[in-house]
Amino acid sequence: MDLKINGANHQVDVPDDMPLLWVIRDVLGMTGTKFGCGIAQCGACTVHVDGIAIRSCQLPVGTVGGRAITTIEGIGDTSAGAKIQKAWIELEVIQCGYCQPGQIMSAAALLAANPQPDDDAIDAAMAGNLCRCGTYVRIREGIKHAARA
Amino acid sequence: MPPAPEAATGLPRRAVLYGGAALTAGLLIGIELPWGAARADEAVPAGKRFNAFIHIAPDDRVTFTLPAVEMGQGVYTSQAQCIAEELDVALDAVIAAHAPPDQANYGSPVFVVQATGGSTTTMAWSGPLRKAGATARAMLVAAAAARWRVDAGSLTTESGVIAHGPSGRSIRYGEVADAASRLSPPTEIKLKEPAQFRLIGKPMHRIDTPDKAAGKTVYGIDRMLPGMKFATLMASPVLGGKVGSVDQSKALAVPGVAQVVVLDDLVAVVAGNTWTAMQGLNALAIEWAPGTNAGLDQAQLWTNLEKASLGPGVVAKRQGDAPAKLRDGDVFEESYELPYLAHAPMEMTNCTVHVHDGGCEVWTGTQVPGFAQTGAAKALGIAPEKVTINNHMIGGGFGRRLEVDGVIKAVRIAAHVDGPVKVTWSREEDIRQQLYRPLYHERLKARVENGRIIAWHHRVTGGSVMAHWLPPAFKDGIDSDAVDGATEVPYAVGDRLVEYIRHESAVPVAFWRGVGPNGSIFAMECFLDLIASKTGVDPLAFRRGMLDGTPRALGVLNLAADKAGWGTAAPPSPFGTRRGRGIALMNAFGSFLAAVADVAVSDAGDVRVTRLVIAADVGKVVNPDILEAQIQGGAVFGLSAVLFGKISFAGGQVEQGNFNDYRILRIDEMPAIEVHVVPSTADFGGIGEPGTVVTQPAIANAVFAATGVQLTRMPIDRALIAKGA
Repeated sequence: MDLKINGANHQVDVPDDMPLLWVIRDVLGMTGTKFGCGIAQCGACTVHVDGIAIRSCQLPVGTVGGRAITTIEGIGDTSAGAKIQKAWIELEVIQCGYCQPGQIMSAAALLAANPQPDDDAIDAAMAGNLCRCGTYVRIREGIKHAARA
Repeated sequence: MPPAPEAATGLPRRAVLYGGAALTAGLLIGIELPWGAARADEAVPAGKRFNAFIHIAPDDRVTFTLPAVEMGQGVYTSQAQCIAEELDVALDAVIAAHAPPDQANYGSPVFVVQATGGSTTTMAWSGPLRKAGATARAMLVAAAAARWRVDAGSLTTESGVIAHGPSGRSIRYGEVADAASRLSPPTEIKLKEPAQFRLIGKPMHRIDTPDKAAGKTVYGIDRMLPGMKFATLMASPVLGGKVGSVDQSKALAVPGVAQVVVLDDLVAVVAGNTWTAMQGLNALAIEWAPGTNAGLDQAQLWTNLEKASLGPGVVAKRQGDAPAKLRDGDVFEESYELPYLAHAPMEMTNCTVHVHDGGCEVWTGTQVPGFAQTGAAKALGIAPEKVTINNHMIGGGFGRRLEVDGVIKAVRIAAHVDGPVKVTWSREEDIRQQLYRPLYHERLKARVENGRIIAWHHRVTGGSVMAHWLPPAFKDGIDSDAVDGATEVPYAVGDRLVEYIRHESAVPVAFWRGVGPNGSIFAMECFLDLIASKTGVDPLAFRRGMLDGTPRALGVLNLAADKAGWGTAAPPSPFGTRRGRGIALMNAFGSFLAAVADVAVSDAGDVRVTRLVIAADVGKVVNPDILEAQIQGGAVFGLSAVLFGKISFAGGQVEQGNFNDYRILRIDEMPAIEVHVVPSTADFGGIGEPGTVVTQPAIANAVFAATGVQLTRMPIDRALIAKGA
């Protein structure tokens, strides 16, 4: 099967029902996307499929088809993604960092769809991403900071 | 460094460190910096190692080998700030690496063993690391002075360059590193005065952030090796049970499954990728022999603990004769109960192991590399020197990685696997098969006379972490961590008796962010509000009246109260009509924090924290931005605990399994958090855990104010505070 990830084509020989997360991590060795719960509760595995933030741990790879997959390794090439990553660095949002690829992917999708998100929009877009270090205060500030950039 | 048996003195030292300036200074001076005994670190470029912490390459690359591990708390950066400050190199030019297992060089000045935890890194390491930096700088300067035949005192250093003002000459560190490393280290070293600091005390950017933002950081779970296999595992759902029988064929029938490893207490499936291994494990029908814990039940665990708490206990602190004074007068009594808690770091337990040629190589993220090494060695029956530990950035520790159960299980599995194997736990396995924050029963009794407490009795009952983690430190029947926060209190409460009762169940216990003070200070602060309520005084005024002797405590209490607008009502919230404001104070880990929480409570008894104001006096600060982040994050950890945190047992099994039933606070449930820091020149305090400790009683007290119900067992039980309950 052919996958288009971060603009590059990848051929993989995997079962259709294998979640995209494990194809990305274990088969292709792109480990920026994280395993956090396996049941779409934590958001650590968030990637974009045609720009939409999706939990890759619950997405069978066979359903992706030719749609464009973007991971944390490629999000910096998008305008919204670059702004979010810059804001994350400038405001020092990150602590352990394990959930942050997922946080950044959700925030970048939000910013691309809604360039000036208010608190309610941030809550709605980010409530699916858990952070055990508790960086939520700065995630909220970071999104607003990126929106101003 | 002291030989192993002297580790017995390790934990009392921790108390010494918290105890005061003079003692801390004496301790740090007493630490011998290791010279010349450092191990070569393969990742370091060619060049010269000056001591255990500093390596300088000919191309000027400076590598710091850092004794405390980075798990989000910012110590990679704060430790590097300390070395770079005295060495005079730019922080962004530094390469940081985790120290290998090597207790002689990297053993914690607080714990003796090599461990990162207990909010001790800055108080333990800032002195030795500054001294290491200053020493290397002096050697570099001496080498340049010899080359130029000038007086070392006429040379200046900045950003890795040595300059001689009078002649205009300059030379880079890399150019003199070889000559400098051959010199004897100076015996007397003068550290910079605070006025000279360029890095310490400044909100420097974290050195680990850019890679983390780009998804480039390699955590243990991300380690890939040529020819590596992937495994997942399952241990007996009933605590301590064994494998009865298992038909391996169902797993082996899953395409891509390579092997099933059956050990006495667990089953692992090995495959070409983690998902296939999970599919294989799910396909197995394992019959377990549940053993003796099949009847383990949460209600019984609570009852057994309460019975044990009736005492008598071992005396941890006695001042005057509290029991005599508590026989009559206005005496108040209450008990507070804290549940088992899982750490649930976002990076679940994982470990990659390659057992070969009589040795073993391990790739993981651990707070205790030495324990990982000895644990792996013991599991294989080989010498510790045969085990290599490759440590990694940790995706959240919180105490989970102070234990090496995940390393040991992975090593036992890997012993049956040809080639390297990465063992990744499912989230459910991580929640159900770990070591938990102990169940605590905190029994308090106080006598009030003329509005003041004149006698105080606090008895802590629970499982001991210290007893297994550092056995020599469990002395005379007292777990020094469990009574931390109870033996030394900021308040004047008259005659005092503090006791400890060790009560173990079958449930294994571990340190959990906030450790002992999570229980002792939660109980004390809730109890103070209970007394204030029953005697009709304002909780803030009541506390103020007992703080004459501890101005730093009074300072943070007043600051938090002022910033929060104490005395006004908590603002309206659409979440619920019942509103309340609560306050709490904390002195532990060498730091003073106060918190004011506003809550709204719905008719159904759901609690929403709407605002949190925290004031902190943590003494001197290495990085004020990291300090603020740690208080914010620590507070969120406490919020999750009070609102949701509970691990419970039924039929010997943990009832929770993933983030759907072991809830972590989400961003849409977040209060505004304000952090106010008191400038201080007092000794460094710890900061990883205080935010967690102080937040919990502030919220509980706010719920008490909002509902008139004081909840005595955590987490908050909405049924008890539903309207009309």
